[in-house]
Amino acid sequence: MAEQVEIQKTTIAAETGRDAGERAISQRAFGSQAWYLLRRWPLLPIFVMIVLLVAGVFAPIVSPSDPIEQSLGFRNFPPTWGRANPEFNVTPDAADFDLETTKGRSDFSRAKKNAFPRQKFVLGADNLGRDVLSRVVWGARISLQVTGWALTSGIIIGTLLGLVAGYFGGWTDEILMRLVDVWLALPFILIALVIAQLFLHQGGASVGVVILLIALVAWTPFVRQVRADVLTIRSQDYVMAARVAGASSLRVLRRHILPGTFSTILVVATLRVGQLILTEATLSFLGAGIPDPIPAWGKSVNDGRGFIEEAWWISVFPGFAIFLVVMALNFFGDWLRDRLDPRLRQLD
Amino acid sequence: MRRFIIRRFFFSLVSILVATAIVFVLSRAAGDPLLLYANSGYGITEEGERALRKRLALDRPIPVQYALWLGRTLKGDMGETILDRKPVFRVVTQRLPATIHLGAAAFLLSFMIGIPLGVLSAVKRGTIWDYTGRFFALLGQAVPSFWLGLVLILLFAVHWQIFPAALKGDGFWDVKHLVLPTITLAAGGFAFYMRITRTAMLEVLESEYVRLARAKGVGNNIVIWKHAFKNALIQPLTGMTLALTFFLTGSVLVETVFAWPGMGNMAITAVNNNDFPVLQAVVFFFTILFVSMTFITDLLYAFIDPRIRYD
Repeated sequence: MAEQVEIQKTTIAAETGRDAGERAISQRAFGSQAWYLLRRWPLLPIFVMIVLLVAGVFAPIVSPSDPIEQSLGFRNFPPTWGRANPEFNVTPDAADFDLETTKGRSDFSRAKKNAFPRQKFVLGADNLGRDVLSRVVWGARISLQVTGWALTSGIIIGTLLGLVAGYFGGWTDEILMRLVDVWLALPFILIALVIAQLFLHQGGASVGVVILLIALVAWTPFVRQVRADVLTIRSQDYVMAARVAGASSLRVLRRHILPGTFSTILVVATLRVGQLILTEATLSFLGAGIPDPIPAWGKSVNDGRGFIEEAWWISVFPGFAIFLVVMALNFFGDWLRDRLDPRLRQLD
Repeated sequence: MRRFIIRRFFFSLVSILVATAIVFVLSRAAGDPLLLYANSGYGITEEGERALRKRLALDRPIPVQYALWLGRTLKGDMGETILDRKPVFRVVTQRLPATIHLGAAAFLLSFMIGIPLGVLSAVKRGTIWDYTGRFFALLGQAVPSFWLGLVLILLFAVHWQIFPAALKGDGFWDVKHLVLPTITLAAGGFAFYMRITRTAMLEVLESEYVRLARAKGVGNNIVIWKHAFKNALIQPLTGMTLALTFFLTGSVLVETVFAWPGMGNMAITAVNNNDFPVLQAVVFFFTILFVSMTFITDLLYAFIDPRIRYD
């Protein structure tokens, strides 16, 4: 008993004896603790990703109103906190609303309160009187859909080619890697634009085409990284043993090599999602992406281009959504890479 | 080395062929280019149509058309634009300087900010400098350039009215028009350079010869700039090709947003009009530019770092 007390005392003494900076985290000031947590765990990115997922999956429930419905009387309507600009905005006709009974600072806000439930046009309306917030929420859905499918196919194709190239080596390897090189040298945006035109003439582009286009750029980094992994794993003793024991190539690849590449695939995929979302937004911005009337972030930014002076919110909010999501994904990917596979640091 | 050069050169040619062939086939599949005339308001007679088809070789099979195009292009004749019948080569080369102007400015800006910041961030690892630098790099990497351009226009052209919102100035030194597009295009490039320099610098700073230099008492500045920086610079220098693809694709977007009269802008118009000779030429130039830069950096790599030997 006495001994135990003694030990406790010494540990306490040791703790308090250290520098202030090395004291236990729980004793720090709140700001310092928060900073420590934020540095250690990607909390903010995870939060953004959760918001993205919720918005995407539950878009019909989460979004305040219909993203496609147009209210032409409310074209370029400012966000809730914004002031009406009589020069540019189509002001709702005061006669249509019961201004006496509705409270509000201006005719404008009163008219809005009267005409709509409170949650409509929180982030304003676009050039066709569609709710910007709802379009941002539904944009998350289409973004997730497109990148989800494109990334999945990219992972499958890229991993398969990487496995084959790394395992068989020789001419197969040479041809596949040069294919990747040639592929990377193609001016993808222009090609995507032409492909989109192609479908435009044949009765309209579809989401499937966009998924295909994004999948075309998704696969390349997987080939390179998986191949690099396979090259190291291939010479491991246990793979040798499996081959000596008479396992077929297919079995060795599937049972002994593929599992070793999982962490790499995970890291590359996380780092790739952001880029793919950005690519999709770029295509949509250039008019080669998601077809009307489906709301997409890049398209919304383009919608607002002509109205940047009178209605900045049309472009700024969807663009900010892209920015935030891509940033969160990149941040998370970096963190994951440092955790799982610091060797991949060369990747960026 | 020689074998390497020959092989690389061969694959460069393949890249150019594949890119132009893809675009050629696709743009033909996208519709009859002569529809442009029908839509132009001038109309076209049946006789004129036949003559034009023959002249543009539109009545031949697509592979033959491609071969014809390739043959003429190699002789320096890229055909005429469909609508106003100007020589494509001249139209494209007229636009080329504007794109290079913008690209070079953005490249310089991102290089000159990204590399010092990368060094700073690596040397002061774990401090507020490092976090700020990395934060800005993440920002630059994630921001969609077309959106950044719009926001800059909104702030600096519409709100504060410091810089013009669009178009290119007259001379080379008309900086006012250049500022916003350059910043927009440089944002991503800066992030790229900062990250790559930081990684390279961290690696070098932990190497044994830097430790030795420190141990024998060499001053901090000399260690950083003479011993470490010189070696860390290899990475960003050879990473230029990646950055170049970035600037090329970026220029398409930035030129669209800022109505910059360059090749990217022209390419978008060409796609929308299905003006395939122009599109073909743009793709040709883009791919050549990219492929030759890759080739040059590969060589550069070997010259800068004598340890690298290509078999």
